[in-house]
Amino acid sequence: MEDAMRAADERIAAGESVADALRLDGNAAAGILSELFVPDLTAARATCAHCGATRPVGALLIYAHGMGTVVRCPSCDTVILCVTRTPTQVWLDATGARRIIIAAAALSR
Amino acid sequence: MNRAPPPSSPAAASTLRPTARSIAWRLATVADTVRETPRARTLVLDVPGWPGHRAGQHLDVRLTAEDGYQAQRSYSIASAPEDARVVLTVERLEDGEVSPYLTDELRVGDRLELRGPIGGHFVWDVAIGGPLLLVGGGSGIVPLMAMLRHRAAALGTADADARHHVPARLLYSSRSWNEVIYRDELARLVEHDSALEVALTLTREQPQGWAGLRRRIDRMMLAEVAWPPAERPHVFVCGSTPLVEAVAAALVELGHDPARVKTERFGPTGGSP
Repeated sequence: MEDAMRAADERIAAGESVADALRLDGNAAAGILSELFVPDLTAARATCAHCGATRPVGALLIYAHGMGTVVRCPSCDTVILCVTRTPTQVWLDATGARRIIIAAAALSR
Repeated sequence: MNRAPPPSSPAAASTLRPTARSIAWRLATVADTVRETPRARTLVLDVPGWPGHRAGQHLDVRLTAEDGYQAQRSYSIASAPEDARVVLTVERLEDGEVSPYLTDELRVGDRLELRGPIGGHFVWDVAIGGPLLLVGGGSGIVPLMAMLRHRAAALGTADADARHHVPARLLYSSRSWNEVIYRDELARLVEHDSALEVALTLTREQPQGWAGLRRRIDRMMLAEVAWPPAERPHVFVCGSTPLVEAVAAALVELGHDPARVKTERFGPTGGSP
């Protein structure tokens, strides 16, 4: 992510907000999520606990920071998932996900 | 640190956890490299045990320094699922840690750790059908090219009728003629396929006599190039975050169903073309 963060720094210097410069798609979280979940989670759908909007995880917004990966709802900006790495642990906070819907076919891969 | 040193010896791969799942790290060997533009290079990789992929997916590349420091990046896959080898096209980001190594230093025969394919959202295959509208900026062309290569491979032997059932249009924004990635291949594809249209827009510098588009992709340009929303095209947009957001917003304003507009923002491009 350092390349992305460096590019983001340039864009911040050029006048964009920090959040705009770092925003990516749910696809960008596919790698870290594949370490935690058996099926591909970007093809699964998540329901926002705050506004109830349901979308493919790949269509949510990702803010990638050195500390971790924050997945937000494009409708209301609620944090749906947050994955944080420490040297010895990975923390997954899914408070903002009312439910995650996975196609049964994706489980039988 | 300015850039990651080359990956450690292949012996490092034997310490990887063995797993049958596609997410396993694999050791790829560079079979060939192709200079696409002054800043972009294609890497053709032999990947033993590669499980296959769908057009639009990406993979993670991991470099490990002698001291154990690791740097990991995501790159879109450029090859069609039908191709024998896995192909990446990487654009050099000045001051990047990984991309300058991949675009300028990696040699044929060198090895690279990668895992994938990753991502099941930004994918298309001919079974999904058309019309297929692809909008890209800069190196955002890469996953879109995988889709066009797949379409050509899957429909290559089909008659014109079959191809016209899955028509495709690409709107591709580059800074200049010399920065158009896959320029010759796109021309060849168009020449042999009346159901494929490619529109280039050159935003900063145009060759003498250039009669084509010369501004950033905007709503009017999309209205001219895209199928009307009533045709329900499958839309894939890939490029820098500002380009993707401007294009996706304009498409929705034009009446396209947001659920059919799939986006992939490239963090590391460092600005829109």
